[in-house]
Parts: sequence; C-alpha cells; structure tokens
Amino acid sequence: MLRSLTLLASGILFGAGLAISGMLNPSKVAGFLDLFGVWDPSLAFVMGGGVVANFIGHRIVTRRTQPVFAARFNLPTTSGIDSRLIVGSALFGVGWGLGGLCPGPAVASLMLVPSEVGLFVVMMLVGLAVGRVVMAARPAVASQPE
Amino acid sequence: MTIDFEAFTPLASLAGGVMIGFAALLLMALHGRVMGISGILGGIVKPSGSGDVSWRVLFVIGTLVGPVIVMLIMGRGIDMTPVASGLMLPIAGFIVGLGTAIGSGCTSGHGICGLARLSVRSMSAVGTFMVTAIITVYIIRHVV
Repeated sequence: MLRSLTLLASGILFGAGLAISGMLNPSKVAGFLDLFGVWDPSLAFVMGGGVVANFIGHRIVTRRTQPVFAARFNLPTTSGIDSRLIVGSALFGVGWGLGGLCPGPAVASLMLVPSEVGLFVVMMLVGLAVGRVVMAARPAVASQPE
Repeated sequence: MTIDFEAFTPLASLAGGVMIGFAALLLMALHGRVMGISGILGGIVKPSGSGDVSWRVLFVIGTLVGPVIVMLIMGRGIDMTPVASGLMLPIAGFIVGLGTAIGSGCTSGHGICGLARLSVRSMSAVGTFMVTAIITVYIIRHVV
C-alpha cells in the first residue's frame, strides 16, 4: 500500500512539476527551441533545476545499499556511444520540434486536453512499441553476448 | 538572437524543474528506478517481464493526475497552446515514440536523470536531440 502510494506520489510530483514549469505548453517549448528567433530561455531553468536537484540528491540516495522498496538500484549498465543512441535521439528531437511535446508533457496533458493530445499519445505508444520490437530483433553489437 | 522577456518565466520554470528533480529522486530512493518516462511507458506497451508493469502504471497515473491537482490548487487553466495540428500531431507522436525507444530515453531519462549522473551517453543523447529539435523548429518557423 505504502509502496503504491509513493509510486503515485512521485508520478504526481513529476506531472505537477511539468505543469508548473511550462513544459505542457507546446508553444513555449517551441519558443525555447527557436534559438534563432525570439528566444524564451525559460525551459533551460527547468532542465537546470531538475538536474541540479537530482545531481545533489542522487549522490546522497545511492550511498544507501538499496532502495526502500526494492532489492537494488536499477541503473543503466550500457556504456559507450553507439549509432542507435544518436539516431534515436536525433529522431526524437525532430518529433519534439514538430509537435512541441516530449513524452512526459504529452502524458501529463492527456487529462486536460484529451482531444488535442490523444492521437499524439496513441501514436507515441505505437512508435515506442515498434521501436522496442525493432531493437529486440536486432540486438546492439555492444551488448551481444559472446 | 532576441530574448522573449514577455514569455520568460524563470521562477516558475525553476520551481517546476526542481519538483521534477525531486520526483526522480523519490523514484530512485524508494524504488531504485530511473525516472525516464519513455522507458516507463515502453515497459507497459511491450513488457520485458512479469511483475514489472504495475509500478509503471502507478507512476503514469500519478503523471496524469499531477497537472489536474495543480489546476485545482491554482484555480485557473494551464497555458497549453499547440504548435502543430492535423496530421502533423500523430506524425510527431510516432517519431517521438520511435526515437525514444531506439535512443533509450527522452528529456526525463537522458535529460534530468542521465545528466545528473554525468552519463556520457545521456550527454550525447541530449546534445543530439537538442540540435535536431532546434533545426526542426528553425525550418518550420524561418524556412518553410
């Protein structure tokens, strides 16, 4: 019960933070990405605040041997830069620029403007599933077992 | 470059950013999970194992509800002006999903969490998607 409530709480904090930050506003996102037009630097403050809070906290949190409700810290083990990382991220940037929505804000907007972002979210989930199927079928060279 | 001072909201954005950072900390400290929303969603649409879905669903429900709570507390709507319409929205959504699945992360996982861990992979991912997003907006707003 407590475990479930804390999961809900972290999701709520994430969604609320996104709403307060301005990330749910695609035109504000586009204003931030429009470096060569009339630029709104606000979203650099979202990234800055999130990274700094997490940078300090992460070092304190992972000093413990394990998380409160789980056996271990599930941290990414992949290292090195491969073509997938770059190609996937490049694609994501194009989609983000086109719609002014990245995955968190798209989900967080769903209850407020379902008719506007509904199709975006559905197609994003389709894209995620297709991407995962493609990736599973073609394992990365770096992570292939000998 | 001209700064858009009318739209500039440094305090609200910083406060929202810190809240997002604390959400990531909470998820790591209590559940040992990276707060990457594209990965969390990916594990729901195509689960990699049993018993791995419920935590994801709970987090996503929270994400859905969070902005509603903000709206109720503030007593006014949240500014959400779209930039794309028609077919462009679902196309953008598909590219966002596909790209984040292939690149193993988005603005939350690579951005907030990866950068905070000083991950070289995440730094490369963030640098890449920032550049292609800026180019895309440049083309839409200043070329087409």
